[in-house]
Amino acid sequence: MKTADDHTKTSSPSTMLTFDPKKVREDFPILQQKIFNHPLVYLDNAATSQKPQCVIDSISKYYTEYNSNVHRGIHFMSQKATDAFEEARVEVQHFINAKSDSEIVFVRGTTEAINLVAGTYGRQHINEGDEIIVSEMEHHSNIIPWQLLCLEKKAKIRVAPMNDDGELIYEEYEKLFNAKTKFVAITYVSNSLGTINPINKFIAKAHQNHVPVLVDAAQAVPHLKVDVQKIDCDFLVFSGHKMCGPTGSGVLFGKLEHFELMPPYHGGGEMMLSVTFEKTIYKEPPFRFEAGTPNIADVIALGEAIRYMNRIGMGAAFRYEEELTAYGTQLLKDIPGLKIIGTASTKTPVLSFVLEGINAMDAGMYLDTLGIAVRTGHHCNEPVMKHFGIPGTIRASMMFYNTKEELNFLREGIMKTIKLLRR
Amino acid sequence: MYMDCNTEEIPKPISELEKTVIEDFALFDDWADKYQYVIELGQKLLPLDNKYKTEEYKIKGCQSTLWIHAVRKNNRIYFYADSDSTFVKGLAAVLINVLSGQPAKEIVDSHLEFIDKIGLTSHLAASRSNGLSSMIRQLKLYALAGSEGLTT
Ligand SMILES: Cc1ncc(COP(=O)(O)O)c(C=O)c1O
Repeated sequence: MKTADDHTKTSSPSTMLTFDPKKVREDFPILQQKIFNHPLVYLDNAATSQKPQCVIDSISKYYTEYNSNVHRGIHFMSQKATDAFEEARVEVQHFINAKSDSEIVFVRGTTEAINLVAGTYGRQHINEGDEIIVSEMEHHSNIIPWQLLCLEKKAKIRVAPMNDDGELIYEEYEKLFNAKTKFVAITYVSNSLGTINPINKFIAKAHQNHVPVLVDAAQAVPHLKVDVQKIDCDFLVFSGHKMCGPTGSGVLFGKLEHFELMPPYHGGGEMMLSVTFEKTIYKEPPFRFEAGTPNIADVIALGEAIRYMNRIGMGAAFRYEEELTAYGTQLLKDIPGLKIIGTASTKTPVLSFVLEGINAMDAGMYLDTLGIAVRTGHHCNEPVMKHFGIPGTIRASMMFYNTKEELNFLREGIMKTIKLLRR
Repeated sequence: MYMDCNTEEIPKPISELEKTVIEDFALFDDWADKYQYVIELGQKLLPLDNKYKTEEYKIKGCQSTLWIHAVRKNNRIYFYADSDSTFVKGLAAVLINVLSGQPAKEIVDSHLEFIDKIGLTSHLAASRSNGLSSMIRQLKLYALAGSEGLTT
């Protein structure tokens, strides 16, 4: 049995047995500051997470010590940069348990990865009259590329609806499949509600109908151990910046059997074997999809971010985050006029809410004056807002370095907001 | 002090009012206090009749809903506003405080440099500073229409 003492014991990250948020927090220099004379309470992690010192150092080390182009130089530094870049690919492979590092393509982020799949696999396989299934809770990034494709191909988007807790309704999803269904693009975790979808079940259903599935894991990888073999997705995409990595680093996972048959997305250097004006022979994946000089520094730092997440232990971190979610929900739910939006039974640490009679942006601005960073608005999720009949929410999204004390500040801030703004 | 069109009182000139606003805001060095002050100004704004809360009186380019109605009397323009955002209403109040009851031509010609001097603009999200610009443009358009005698 655990005693209260277990939680206060400290240990080095590599041997951390019980999760210690206070200690982990020290790894994030940006969190140690004051905003408008208040200690910063950063609760906008679903927009982007903060970066630990080791990730910041990794970028600086690259530029200070071995900045060189990859995959082309024969000199020492170029080899070193190439090794570090390819090590990051292997790091990502293990992080999501892909079969091979050839299944990992580096991109700028989730958005680019989805556009890549829509622009290659999508253009190859979607024809007039075909249907693509997305869900009601998709981020605009996982709607618009498919809409553009449908416009071009005269195909159609079908939408899997959710219930008022913000959970996808499996029975309704099932009904959408027919002979015209050619693709499913679905999120693992909702960015505005925090809902964790039972993704295995949704993928299995699609596969029963011989339909491939792209999983938007942008909000999953910061919190959950994602295993592409276990969930058996065809494609999986995420951004480095939401999981302690740098902006501009992102990942497209694709099963090799798909990658091998897909045409390139962008043409350019390093993606071909030979070029004549008549014909270009493309490289094998993943290089076929990485035209031009990649974002070397940030990819290497993404590898470092993964090592960091592994060191602190994602399982322990998520258990702590669940504790935070429960604590925060408890703190907020009794505030008069506060309604939590998104009450799924399994959630990442996201608390989205509205305050009766108070404009969300006004509230967000006032919380900001108290040093509390939240996001307000539709969160690139207009269909979700439409479902709940609201223009937007105030979203407090947490990460393993947030504390219960910060949630107490949030509650106090909300109480002050109500006092000032309620009409 | 907000000028109602039914008052006989004549407001101080725009430049003098601008100076007063700058002095008022200078009393607060904390952004939280400034924010609260804007909210209070909004809460004291003269009410806008519900019949003006329609599409016609909505300010375009403002993310929040903001309605502005203008009344012309003796070639002076009086403004009334409301918003679903208390802060946006406060921003409107800051402007109306200075512009309402002024001669139409003065409003059109005003530069409103005080806006940059009261330490608000740096805290506005892009959508809100665009909204502020739209608001100023609309107030001037009302005055311009008024100064040409197009509306009463
Ligand atoms: C679920 C989801 N999908 C896609 C994106 C887009 O990610 P990015 O802007 O990094 O490309 C986000 C980011 O907000 C997201 O939360």
